[in-house]
Amino acid sequence: MNAPDQYSKPAVIVHWMIAILVLVALSLGYYMTDLSLSPRKLQLISWHKWIGFTVLLLFIPRLIVRLTRPVPAPVDTMPGWQRAVASITHVVLYVLIIAVPLTGWLMSSAKGFPVVYLGLVPLPDLVGKDEALGDLLKSAHEVLTSGLLILVGLHIAAALKHHVIDRDETLVRMVPLLKR
Amino acid sequence: MNSKRLLAAALVSLVLPLAGTGAYAAQPAGTFDQVLPAKNRIDFVFKQMNVPVKGYFKKANVDLVFDPAAPAKTTVRLDLDLGSVDAGSADANSEVVGKPWFDLKTFPTATFVSSSVKPLGGDRYEMTGKLTIKGKTRDVTTPVTVTQNGNTAAFDGGFTLKRLEFAIGDGSWSDTSIVADEVKVSFHVEAERRAAK
Repeated sequence: MNAPDQYSKPAVIVHWMIAILVLVALSLGYYMTDLSLSPRKLQLISWHKWIGFTVLLLFIPRLIVRLTRPVPAPVDTMPGWQRAVASITHVVLYVLIIAVPLTGWLMSSAKGFPVVYLGLVPLPDLVGKDEALGDLLKSAHEVLTSGLLILVGLHIAAALKHHVIDRDETLVRMVPLLKR
Repeated sequence: MNSKRLLAAALVSLVLPLAGTGAYAAQPAGTFDQVLPAKNRIDFVFKQMNVPVKGYFKKANVDLVFDPAAPAKTTVRLDLDLGSVDAGSADANSEVVGKPWFDLKTFPTATFVSSSVKPLGGDRYEMTGKLTIKGKTRDVTTPVTVTQNGNTAAFDGGFTLKRLEFAIGDGSWSDTSIVADEVKVSFHVEAERRAAK
């Protein structure tokens, strides 16, 4: 297959794993933050951190797949500006998918709470305990998360627009089950 | 530091290097009972979701009488201001003084009173005593290492307590899969020798 009309199977799998984990982490994150301190909150915060670290881990196979497997070209009917916006969105999504969990991890370290992945594997503290730095990293985590939320929304809206309005193959290439 | 003590310290610093040139610089005799409150440290580590979280108390009053020549006669009393706790985060600090945890309004102070001290050889001792937190008293035993340096001695040790034995964090917080029952406590106290009479 020289010019694939589908994303490769590994690309589809790793895309959807990350997609689901990011959506769960986002929902958990926004929900848990406003809870008052309780055992439940501590549990949710831990799950949120574990999911975030899993996203970081999954980014490695994701990058390998992206760099080694050919990516289908945008559909012919797509105007140039849309192709440009799509490429920019994809690049920024990749950056945020790394930056958001990373600032979360940094923030956790700075606030004096090491991350113990799955409650089993202690991860190294990226910075020492520092209240002011912790607050700064918290703001960074929140701002980047807002950015991620907006881009995820844009990404989903564009995919649905291609499928429902343009009725082209854009979404089908990432969701083989939808093949018409 | 008063001028007498300053003079004594100056003399000690002059004499010590000279004494050190001998075969062995014997520790001067005498009882340590002048606790240096600014040096007191009570630290603790607890685990939430298996994540170690460090905390400490800013205010601890310690009275102790320790004679290296008669360690069994040692007496120690600790009055710990539970309100001076730093439990690792602002959230935790406001939570931990509440009723399910320390219940600070009713029980502002934790106490420890030693009941026996036995030498384990060298600079190590084993101290047993009664620890009272939140109106509940339990026996605790802790190793203590004494480091003498001229007229100052440092006392270091640590033990593990079970928070639920003192009803610390009861109600919904008693779920030990979230906050572990074991809390590691460590202490550092320094005292100077009683001034010669």
